[in-house]
Amino acid sequence: MEKICMSQKRIDEIKAVCKEHGNDPGELINVLHTVQGKLGYLPKEVQELIAMELAIPAAKVYGVVTFYSFFTMRPKGKYPISVCMGTACYVRGAEKVLDEFRRQLGIEVGETTADGLFSLDSLRCVGACGLAPVVTVGQKVFGRLTPSNVKEIVEEFRRMEEA
Amino acid sequence: METIQLTIDNKQVEVAKGTNLVEAAAAAGIKIPTLCYMNLHELGYENKPGACRICVVEVEGRKNLAPACKTTCTQGMVVRTHTPRVINARRTVMELILSNHPNECLTCTKNGHCELQRVAGELGIREVRYRGETTRYPKDMSVSIVRDMDKCIMCRRCETACNEIQSVGVLSAVNRGFPAVVSTAFNDPIQTTACINCGQCVAVCPTGALSENSHIADVLRAIADPSKTVVVQTAPAVRVGLGQDFGYSGRSVTGKMVAALRRLGFDYVFDTDFAADLTIMEEGTELLGRLNAALEGNPDVKLPLMTSCCPGWVSFMEKHFPELAGNLSTAKSPQQMFGAVAKNYFAQQLGIDRRKLVVVSVMPCVAKKAEAARPEFGREGDPDVNIAITTRELAHLIRFANLDFASLEEEDFDRPLGESTGAAVIFGATGGVIEAAVRTAYEVRTQKPLARVDFTELRGMEGIRSATVDFDGTPIKIGIAHGLANARQLIDDVVKGTSPYHAIEIMACPGGCIGGGGQPYHRGDIGLLRERTESLYAEDGEKPLRKSHENPYVLSLYRDFLGKPCGHRAHELLHTRYYDRKPVVTPCSTTKK
Amino acid sequence: MAQFSNYILVCGGTGCRASHSEHIITALRKELDEAGLSDQVQVIRTGCFGFCEQGPIVKTVPDNTFYVSVKPEDAGEIVREHLVKGRKVERLLYVAPDTGKHVADSRHMDFYKPQVRIALRNCGFIDPENINEYIARDGYAALGKVLEMQPEEVIKEIMDSGLRGRGGGGFPTGLKWKITREVQADQKYVVCNADEGDPGAFMDRSILEGDPHSIIEAMAVNGYCTGASRGMIYIRAEYPLAIHRLEVAIAQAREYGLLGDDILGTGFSFDIEIRYGAGAFVCGEETALIHSMEGKRGEPSVKPPFPSESGYKGYPTNVNNVETYANIPPIILRGAQWFSSIGTEKSKGTKVFALAGKVNNVGLIEVPMGTTLREVIFDIGGGIKNGKRFKAVQTGGPSGGCLTEKHLDTPIDYDNLLASGSMMGSGGMIVMDEDDCMVSVAKFYLEFTVEESCGKCTPCRIGNKRLLEILDRITKGKGCEEDLTELRNLAGVIRDTSLCALGQTAPNPVLSTMDNFWEEYVAHVRDKSCPAHQCRDLMSYVIDPKSCKGCSLCSRVCPANAIGGVLKQPYSIDQAACIKCGTCMDKCKFGAIGVR
Repeated sequence: MEKICMSQKRIDEIKAVCKEHGNDPGELINVLHTVQGKLGYLPKEVQELIAMELAIPAAKVYGVVTFYSFFTMRPKGKYPISVCMGTACYVRGAEKVLDEFRRQLGIEVGETTADGLFSLDSLRCVGACGLAPVVTVGQKVFGRLTPSNVKEIVEEFRRMEEA
Repeated sequence: METIQLTIDNKQVEVAKGTNLVEAAAAAGIKIPTLCYMNLHELGYENKPGACRICVVEVEGRKNLAPACKTTCTQGMVVRTHTPRVINARRTVMELILSNHPNECLTCTKNGHCELQRVAGELGIREVRYRGETTRYPKDMSVSIVRDMDKCIMCRRCETACNEIQSVGVLSAVNRGFPAVVSTAFNDPIQTTACINCGQCVAVCPTGALSENSHIADVLRAIADPSKTVVVQTAPAVRVGLGQDFGYSGRSVTGKMVAALRRLGFDYVFDTDFAADLTIMEEGTELLGRLNAALEGNPDVKLPLMTSCCPGWVSFMEKHFPELAGNLSTAKSPQQMFGAVAKNYFAQQLGIDRRKLVVVSVMPCVAKKAEAARPEFGREGDPDVNIAITTRELAHLIRFANLDFASLEEEDFDRPLGESTGAAVIFGATGGVIEAAVRTAYEVRTQKPLARVDFTELRGMEGIRSATVDFDGTPIKIGIAHGLANARQLIDDVVKGTSPYHAIEIMACPGGCIGGGGQPYHRGDIGLLRERTESLYAEDGEKPLRKSHENPYVLSLYRDFLGKPCGHRAHELLHTRYYDRKPVVTPCSTTKK
Repeated sequence: MAQFSNYILVCGGTGCRASHSEHIITALRKELDEAGLSDQVQVIRTGCFGFCEQGPIVKTVPDNTFYVSVKPEDAGEIVREHLVKGRKVERLLYVAPDTGKHVADSRHMDFYKPQVRIALRNCGFIDPENINEYIARDGYAALGKVLEMQPEEVIKEIMDSGLRGRGGGGFPTGLKWKITREVQADQKYVVCNADEGDPGAFMDRSILEGDPHSIIEAMAVNGYCTGASRGMIYIRAEYPLAIHRLEVAIAQAREYGLLGDDILGTGFSFDIEIRYGAGAFVCGEETALIHSMEGKRGEPSVKPPFPSESGYKGYPTNVNNVETYANIPPIILRGAQWFSSIGTEKSKGTKVFALAGKVNNVGLIEVPMGTTLREVIFDIGGGIKNGKRFKAVQTGGPSGGCLTEKHLDTPIDYDNLLASGSMMGSGGMIVMDEDDCMVSVAKFYLEFTVEESCGKCTPCRIGNKRLLEILDRITKGKGCEEDLTELRNLAGVIRDTSLCALGQTAPNPVLSTMDNFWEEYVAHVRDKSCPAHQCRDLMSYVIDPKSCKGCSLCSRVCPANAIGGVLKQPYSIDQAACIKCGTCMDKCKFGAIGVR
C-alpha cells in the first residue's frame, strides 16, 4: 500500500480546494492554479492527493502539470525574476539582460539560487512592450533595462533581505 | 447502408459512409503506411490521434496533406497516395522520427517485429538527413515490462491501451514539445505505480519502447542443469497464438507446440488446461456454495462471485477496489494451481525435493510473470512457478533452437498433468471460464446431464455481455466483461449494490487471453483475434470430454491427494487471499528544513 | 452628489502601471484635495490609451490635453497649473518628432490621426470598472436591440458586415455563428479566446483591461444568436489585471440583470465564467483551448470535427477571439453597411495592431483594413528609432513572416499578407532595423515555437526542433550550403504535414526570411559572416589603433580580461578570450571600438 505523507493541515487545505471545485476533473487546471497559489509550487504528493480527490490518475495530473509552463514542481525563489522574451523585448536586447542575470545569480533559467532568494525564468510577452526590455521581480516591473542595470536590481533585493 | 464514391489513385472506390481513407484505400488494394493508427473495430477501441503523420495523402482541393487515418471519405473525393509530394513528406517525417531514435535495430528486442522498422524499410530510407539532439529517458523495468522510452515515437497507443481499454491510467503523455513522451506519474519506476502488468501497452507498441521482461535465459539455464527436473505448462490461449510466428495465423498448433517443447528439452510437457479443470472444480464449488447460501437467505454471502483467473484483473481489484476483495473467488489461477500441484504432488510422485523441480509456464500474458513472483505463491522462498514466459518468448526459444516448426510431428501432452477437457480449452477466450464453470455447476447442482454443452449466449466479442442461465428452474444471472474499462462498469454496480449478477467473469485483455499482452502482436487485426477464439471453441468441440468434472486425472487427484473440492487440503493448496494495495493519504508531520 | 466639470484620465493599462501610474492617481487625488477641487475634478483610471511608448499617459477632459511620460511628482504641477490656473504644463506635452513642437491635443498627433477606433472605442475613455460609464457610451444597447430581433436576423447582419475572425485565421464570424446555431444540441457554449500569446502582442489584453463590458455584451449577443446559455472566457493567468477587471465587470453585469436568468425580461438566460490558461501558446488554437478548458493537456486535435459541431465536453462551441467580440456591438448598433464600408474588398472593418520593436512610437493602434505598412510604421509609428534604416516588419507573430521594403505600400488585409508570405495573425507587428540579423530573427521565432510545440505530431515535435538546430548551426558559422536546401525541404514538409496551425505556420518565419533575405543566409554559410553583426560567433570586436587613446577603460571594464595594452598606447583585444559582450564598445569614449 502506497502512502502519501504530508501534514494534516495541508491535506485539509488541498481537499477543500478540490471540493470548492466540485471534485470535478474538468476543473483540474483551476484546482492546480489555486493550490499553486497557496503553496507556491506543486510537489509530487500534492499532485497525488489532487488526483485522488478528483478521481483521475496521477499520471494525468502530472501530464497536465508538465504541459503548462505556469505550473512548477520546484519552489520558486522568494524573489522570482522573470525576463520577458517577447519579440519587442528580444529586439531591444532582452537576451543580453537574461545572460547577465544568469551570470550575476550563477543559475540557469528555471533554477533557484541556493539561498532560495532568487529564481530565474524567461516568460512570454507581458504586454509592456513600450518599456522593452522588461523584467519582473515578483509584482515589481523594471523597464528599459540594459545589462548594466542587472547588478543593481539583484543588489537592491539582497539589501532588502538583509534589512 | 449509405455509401460514398470516391477516387483513390485513379481508381473508383465505393465505401460505407464514415469510412476513413486508410480503410478506403485498403479496399482499393492500397496499404497506406501507418504508425500511430490502430483500430480494434468491434471491440470499440481505436487510437487515432493523427499524430505520426506517416499516412498523409493528397486530397484534391485541400491545401496541405491530409492524414488518411483522420480523414473521412466524402462523396467525389479525389485522393492520391503516392505522388512525389506525398512520398517526400512521408520520407521526411520518417527521417525525423529516425533522427530521434536509437539506431540499434540489430540488437533491439523488437527486431523483425517492429512496425517502425518495417515502414522505414517500405519507404526505402537509406540515410537520415536530419540530426541533432536526441531525447534520453532512464530505462525502467518491472518483473513484467521493460520500458526504453528512447524508442518512443509518441504514437500514444500505449496511453490509449492503459487509459481507454484498461482504465488503469498509469501511462500519460508528459512534458511538452520535443521532450514530450509517454511516461508514468513523476516518471516513477513502473513497478511502484498502479500498473497491473496486463501488458496491453506492450501488445500495441509499434517499436521497441515497450517489451516484456524476457526470462528466456532462465529457461535455458534450467534445462541445461542436470540436477533439475524441468516441467512446462502451456496456457489454453498459447496454442492458438504461437502459430502466428510460424505461418499458422490463429490456428491451433497444440501438437506441434508439444513436440517443440520436448525438443527444447523439457522433461515433462504438461498443460495448464489440466489446472483449468481443477480451477473449475474449486471455483464452481465456491460459486455453488455461495449460491446455495444466498438462495437460503444468508445475507452475509458475497455475490456476485467474480473470477480470479486473470492476474491483471486481480491486481486491478487490489489497487482500485480492495473493498470488493470478498467478491473475488479465492481460487488460485490455473497457472498457480498447476504450480502448487506440481510442487506439492508431482514432485512427491517423482520422489524429488520440490526445489529440484523447476516449473516453467508458457503464458499469453506478461502479468503471469508478476503473479508467479507473488511471495504467497511458494514455500520457503521456492516459488510454485519458477519461470513464466510468454507465447512470444516461446516462439523465440523455438527459433533460437533452430527448430523447423512446420516439420514437427504432432505429439501429445504427458500424463497426469497434461490431460484436460474442452471446458479448460475455452478458458482462453472471453466468456470461456464462466461457460466452463456453468457446465460443471449446472450438473453438480441439478444432478442432471446438460442437454447442450455449448452456451453460445456467453460467447462473443462485445465488451460487456450478460446472460441468464436456467439452472433447472433457478435463473442464474451472469455478467461478462473483457477490457478493464468495461469491467469497471460492472464493478461500479457492485460497489453501488445494484449489480444484478450472481457471477461475473472478467478478463483484463480484449478478447480474453487470446488477446493477451504476451501473445504474438495482433496489430489491431480483429480477424486474427476472432480466428484464435474460433480455434479454441473448435478444439473444445473436438474433445471427447468437455466438462471439467469429467477429467479423470483431476478426479483421481482429488481421490488420491486433495480430498474434496474446497476441502481442507484443497483450500490450503489451491486457494489464496488478496491484499489492499490502494494508495492512501496518511497525515504525518513534515519537518521544516 | 458632486457635479464634475473636469476629468483627469490616467492610463491604468499594464504598461503604464509598470511605470507607476497608480502612484500618479494617488498623487493627483491628494493634490486635488489640497486644492479643494475634489468635487469638481474626477480622476478616472482608464484602460490603455495605446501610446505606450510615451506612458504613463494622463489626459484631461474636456480640453483633451494629452500629457506624456508623467511621473507621480508631476501631479502637483498638473493640478496647480492646468486645473487651477488653466495653463498647460508645456514640459509634459508630446513633442512631435518632425516639427519639434509641442502637441497638446491627441487628435492632432500623428500617432492618433490616421487611426479609426472601433474595437478600441472605449479604451482610454472610460473607467473599465464602472459599468455606468460603459452604458453611457451606448453600452449594452446592442444587447437590448438584439433581444428584440430574431437570432437569424442578427447573424445575417454579422455575415453582411464581412467581419472575419481577428484571432489569426480570418474565418467569417457570422458563418461560424450560423454553423453553431444550426447544430442541434441541448447545450451549447460560447467561448472568448483570450489566450493571447504571440510574443509582442497585447491587443486583447488592452481591450479586456480597458473595455471588459464590450466583450461580455458581445458574448451575450453570441449566446442569443447561437442558442447558448453559457459563456466562458479562457484567459492567460499571466494577465491578472485583465482578469480582475473581467471579474468586476461580470459581477456588475449580473447586478444590472445583463447576465443571468431572464435578461432584461426577455426570457433569454446567459452567464459567463472565467477559465485560466496556464502558459501554453498552443492553447490559442481552438481545439487545444477546449481541451485545456476540460482540464486536460492542451493538445490540438484534428479538425473536423470543428468546435462549432463538437467542442467543449462534446457540445457545439463557438470560439471567437477578444477583438472579434469587441467589434460586435458597434456592428449591431451602426449596421452591417457602415462596417463593411470600412476596409478592403475581402477584409472589412479595422484591425488592432501592437506596434513594437525598433519604431519610435510603440503602442496599440487601430487602423482600417487596407492601410499600408508604410502608413503604420512611418506615419503612426513615427519611423525607425535612432534614425536607423528600416529593414523588415514581422507580422503575425511566430506564425507570420517578415515583410520588407517592397511590401511597404501593400494595403494590409488578410489576403495580401498571406500572399506576401506572412499572415495577419492576431496583430503583432514588430519593426526591425539594419542591426537585426534575419537568420537570428527566424531562429528567435523557431525557439519560441519549439518551446511551445505541444509535442503531439512528429513534424512539429521533431521537425521544428531540427529546423532550429540547423538555424543554430548557421548562426554559429557551422552551417553549410546543403543546410539551406534541407532547411527549405524540411520547412515545406512541416507546413504540409503538421496537425495544427501552430505547426503548419511555424516555418513561416524561416521561409519568409529565406525568400526576402536569401543573401544573408548565404553570407552566414558561405562567408561565415553576419552582415548585421548580430551573430556572436561570426563577429569580432576590434580596436582601431588610430582612434584608441590608450586610456585603458575598455581593459578595466572587460569581464573576460580579454583586452590588454600599455597606457597611452593603442590597446588590443585577444579574440580567443573575448566573450563578445560588447561592454568595451559601449564604454569607449572615443568610438575606437567597432565590430567586424
